[in-house]
Amino acid sequence: MIAYMVRRVLLAILTIWAITILSFLIIQLPPGDFVDTYANTMSAGGTGITEGEKQALREQYGLDQPMYVQYLKWMGLIMQGNFGMAIEWGRPVMDVIGDRLMLTIVISLAAIVFTWALALPIGIYSAVKRYSLLDYVFTFVGFIGLAIPGFMLGLIVMYVGFSYFGANVGGLFSADYAEAPWSMERVWDLIKHLPTPAVVLGVAGTAQMIRIMRSNLLDELRKPYVMTARARGLSETRVIMKYPVRVALNPFISTIGYLLPYVVSGSIIVSMVLSLPTVGPLLLKSLVAQDMFLAGTIVLLLGVLTVIGTLISDLLLMWVDPRIRLGRQ
Amino acid sequence: MTELVIPQDTPTTAAEEKIAVATQWQLMWWRFRKHKLAMLGSLVLIAFYLSVISVDFLAYADPNESDAQRGLIAPQAIEWFDNGEFKPYVHPLKGTRDPKTFKRVYVPDLETKVPVKLFGQGFSYKFLGVIPTDRHLFAVEGADAQTTLFLLGTDVQGRDLWSRLVYGTQTSLTIGLFSVALSLLLGVTLGGMSGYFGGIWDTVIQRIIEILRSLPTIPLWMGLTAALPNDWSVMQVYFAITIIISLIGWTELARVVRGRFLSLRQEDFVMAAQLLGCSKRRIIFRHMVPSFISHIIAATTLALPAMIISETSLSFLGLGLRPPAISWGVLLQDAQNIQALAISPWLLIPVLPVIVAVLAFNFMGDGLRDAADPYG
Repeated sequence: MIAYMVRRVLLAILTIWAITILSFLIIQLPPGDFVDTYANTMSAGGTGITEGEKQALREQYGLDQPMYVQYLKWMGLIMQGNFGMAIEWGRPVMDVIGDRLMLTIVISLAAIVFTWALALPIGIYSAVKRYSLLDYVFTFVGFIGLAIPGFMLGLIVMYVGFSYFGANVGGLFSADYAEAPWSMERVWDLIKHLPTPAVVLGVAGTAQMIRIMRSNLLDELRKPYVMTARARGLSETRVIMKYPVRVALNPFISTIGYLLPYVVSGSIIVSMVLSLPTVGPLLLKSLVAQDMFLAGTIVLLLGVLTVIGTLISDLLLMWVDPRIRLGRQ
Repeated sequence: MTELVIPQDTPTTAAEEKIAVATQWQLMWWRFRKHKLAMLGSLVLIAFYLSVISVDFLAYADPNESDAQRGLIAPQAIEWFDNGEFKPYVHPLKGTRDPKTFKRVYVPDLETKVPVKLFGQGFSYKFLGVIPTDRHLFAVEGADAQTTLFLLGTDVQGRDLWSRLVYGTQTSLTIGLFSVALSLLLGVTLGGMSGYFGGIWDTVIQRIIEILRSLPTIPLWMGLTAALPNDWSVMQVYFAITIIISLIGWTELARVVRGRFLSLRQEDFVMAAQLLGCSKRRIIFRHMVPSFISHIIAATTLALPAMIISETSLSFLGLGLRPPAISWGVLLQDAQNIQALAISPWLLIPVLPVIVAVLAFNFMGDGLRDAADPYG
């Protein structure tokens, strides 16, 4: 068990390290160094920047030194919580990101909760009532759900909402609360707006989950212990819910690890369509404006959060599945 | 009793014999044929790729020629019958400005009929790049197709959506094909090394795969594509996007190949080949690869939709292919504005081919996967 935990944690650290390198690469890719970009933006804004200040910035980030030194310096600054300046905004990166990162997490989690809440009962139903009419309906809808990328579903939802209901279904807050400070009312407003993005983001995952749950449960239902339970006179609900569902659930939990990167990834582009105040639109804007510290930081934070989420799901799986807890020693 | 059994038994034995002598590929084909959805998917895909090679035949207008005088025309219906006779025609449209809203409105001129001809003559081109011709699926008589025919309407700049969709389909479907080919190369090489050599190779490659799979891909892709220089030509961007998409998409293929290698290594025929003194290369390419090539084909088919969706997503965001290149994603950029979409809903039409193609690939892949192991 300890060995398994250590392996998982080590892999997570390795992954985070890989993400820092990729993010650093993204920051470095555009031609010219960021001090020039910064100086240009500042002088365009009328404030200007002196040669001395430029030199100081270059030294702070080690821009005159080899690549690996720059990487190490950047990592060092990040460790202190300094993610650099968002050049276009003239403010520290973390200021600009603000609660957008948290909202991204909220939306992703809402999508996963939606996925689970829908996939679990439907999966069980489809397996128990195999080849029934509803099973076919779910399979068909599931296939369509898998085939429509989130952003297209978002476009369709927006269009239908706008032309048939005359409502803008996008956004996460109503106009009154968009800029308001956090309060109970604002949280409630957020909750009211969550279902649309959660559904749009979750549909593809749900379709996949239903298929997984269905086939897992079908495998379990064939096993002799189910027949034993039935022979001993347990009620049908109890026969199914007590053992087979619980066993079939394990691979279900482990797929969160795959679901999470997928949902986070999807949230970026769905946010553009549904105009959600997540890091998605910010990332696109910063990439177009070549505001690389902002872009790199967003990629870094998204990646790290996804890895942590995956790690948590792995540890959860270990807690649920005794085969992992006890088996691999 | 025996007399009754024999006539029933004989046809089964004949069928069994047929199965016994059939080659592996024949068996797979028989199995695949039974999967109705997979057959349907294959037919749809054949149609799609036929349209890819005959874009100039299907299109009747220049996809990039804009004209503000023709902006945002709604899809136009062809009247197929004229007084009970099969004589398709359209009413020419006349653009005027609404005096109240200042919007351009198009009124069909009901007096005149412009005959539409199937397989008629239009702009000249070279079919498949060699045969010079000017035949098109749709053409109009006595007028320029570009200014009279608007099957799926036009976009803001007055470019014909049908023709743009035809060219966009070509780009999107081929970019998927190239990316998957590159992914396949990476996946087979790395997955094969991982499965065949094992040990340290296996550990390192498996860790790389795990890391890649735990990353949110779209932000990464966005970061990489945004760095492509602005002055690159359409072709350069096209190939760069292909490479970027395939760099992250190879992991599933590698997983399949590795799994096959691991299980085949234990098989008797591999052992027999080893004992007979076959070289490693001969064992891999002569004995192992043929027995799992069907699995690779299935996995590749299932990987294609993801590639197509990736390109569409990136281009939709404006980070993938850039105009004047046309792809499904580029076309959908016009649908980003919800107000514009509410007024001209036909801009959403490019969603359809994406969904149909992705479904078709999934169905066909499913059938191939079932057929890949005909003895199972």
